[in-house]
Amino acid sequence: MADVLEKLILPDIPDLHKIEVYERHGGYTALKKALGMKPEEVIDEVKKSNLRGRGGACFPTGLKWSFMPKQSAKPKYLCANGDESEPGTFKDRQIFEFNPHLFVEGALIAAYAMGITAVYTYVRGEYAKWIRILQGAVDEAYAKNYIGANIMGSGFNVEFVVYRGAGAYICGEESALMNSLEGDRGYPRIKPPFPAAVGVWGCPTTINNVETLANAPIIINRGWEWYSKIGAPKQPGPLLFGISGHVNKPGVYELPTGVLLTDIIEKYAGGVPGGKKIKAVIPGGSSTMWLKGSELDGVKMDADSLKAVGTSIGTGGIIVMDEDTDVLKVLQRIAHFYHHESCGQCTPCREGCGWLEKIIGRFIDGEGTLGDIDLLLDVANNIEGNTICALGDAAAWPVQSFIKKFRNEFEKRARKGPAIHRPVHPPHLVTP
Amino acid sequence: MIMPVFNEENLKKFEQLKKQYPTLKSLTLPVLWMAQEQFGWISPDVMKYVAGLLNLPVSHIYGVVTFYTMYNTKPRGRHHLQICTNISCQLRGSDDLFDHVCKRLGVEPEETTADNRFTVSRVECLGSCGTAPMMQVNNEDYYENLSTEKVDAILSEMK
Repeated sequence: MADVLEKLILPDIPDLHKIEVYERHGGYTALKKALGMKPEEVIDEVKKSNLRGRGGACFPTGLKWSFMPKQSAKPKYLCANGDESEPGTFKDRQIFEFNPHLFVEGALIAAYAMGITAVYTYVRGEYAKWIRILQGAVDEAYAKNYIGANIMGSGFNVEFVVYRGAGAYICGEESALMNSLEGDRGYPRIKPPFPAAVGVWGCPTTINNVETLANAPIIINRGWEWYSKIGAPKQPGPLLFGISGHVNKPGVYELPTGVLLTDIIEKYAGGVPGGKKIKAVIPGGSSTMWLKGSELDGVKMDADSLKAVGTSIGTGGIIVMDEDTDVLKVLQRIAHFYHHESCGQCTPCREGCGWLEKIIGRFIDGEGTLGDIDLLLDVANNIEGNTICALGDAAAWPVQSFIKKFRNEFEKRARKGPAIHRPVHPPHLVTP
Repeated sequence: MIMPVFNEENLKKFEQLKKQYPTLKSLTLPVLWMAQEQFGWISPDVMKYVAGLLNLPVSHIYGVVTFYTMYNTKPRGRHHLQICTNISCQLRGSDDLFDHVCKRLGVEPEETTADNRFTVSRVECLGSCGTAPMMQVNNEDYYENLSTEKVDAILSEMK
């Protein structure tokens, strides 16, 4: 399919955040249509569309919905994840600002499909402005009985709450999000039990990304067959690509999955300022593996294509670095971020992320030795896979991929002359 | 010392919030937000007050307040400048911008100016990567696509 796509999530319609405008452009007709279907038919439609989660894990959305128990003595909940804290990611914010009703409608469709009685939307605390816009949209939808009791005479009831976080990257992790919603520190939970069995307040819960839910009305209105033909067949649909760093026109671009990475950089984001060469690209937010400038040709932006080149689509947040970038400093900044954001539950992550930052810093200060490169890799390898949640992996992956691809950056900054004797080494974090 | 107490409006809001969540503990974050807005920062006395309101141990409130970065555990200047220095901003000059602001105000990071006007903080990614570099002020307004000239103009407007 050509990369020219009608904009479905962020169409160029002024004042679309107002319910009258949204209704005039077909808003809430998908909800009406879904309420006329059986819940399992709605799930089936989403399943067949091949919609996959937009929060980074790319899990099939319809399948996730089908995990929710049909009968439950306890209430069931939907948590919409709008925590959006992964560096390089700024897409949900666009939905809240320009098309909040699309997301609200999608969440209501999901709630109906799973027999959910309350939707909690978790939005990062810093998004004060966008929380107000979203709350405005929710209030409008309540007033028109799209939310509340006996929605449009269907007999379906649902409540909708907008929840403000308070500054913690980890709360974008689904189980940390639930703990935060319960009023606790954002500590991720061990799985199993999975949220569909034991979620927030001990009740069956589904957690979906805001962008994922915004796709639901489109699928219901246009049908799974139409939707599944957009973009990459195994991960179809429009996707909000955020591009930042060294490009002329940074911003969010709605494009079909499978679009060429070089097209996003050159055609949409206007290329690199000064016509400079690209040194490195982070394709999907700070936790994804780096690509070298020489590796970009032919790379398509969808889950499977990026997996094939050893990285992932993550949140679709592309960060471009030109040839003059001190990439080691960027890596250290990433390591600092994960060190700062580690919740502190698991030793490999809590201690290891600090070590990553420190060891990279040695090279920036001209104190690192060649042996420190192996030490860095050793620490990263001992974090990966050894923690409750994926934050540890997210800290390890950029470092691992950097050493693989930019080892020379360490070597040329390594200390000349004898190695500094350091009596204290980080302990091996895991005994096999 | 007079213990802090919610005003009428916040007490009303608190009653409303109770209806939205199945447990009282779930109100911890929303109530702390209300407290910060009314009292400016979360002092130990505010923590005690919130704990009493929610029927929870003070240690729980303390744990939550210190876990999340947006709750102020000490007073801040009237304008809390929260400058993003994460990678997308870093690539577009946020380190220089941060140094410039500190130098202009004559403060170290996290310090408040003597006239109590400004506190400067280095913060993590604020989801404004397409309009970098940027800062947020008082957990509210975003100032985007900044340059040293632009930030100078913004600061001189702030009383």
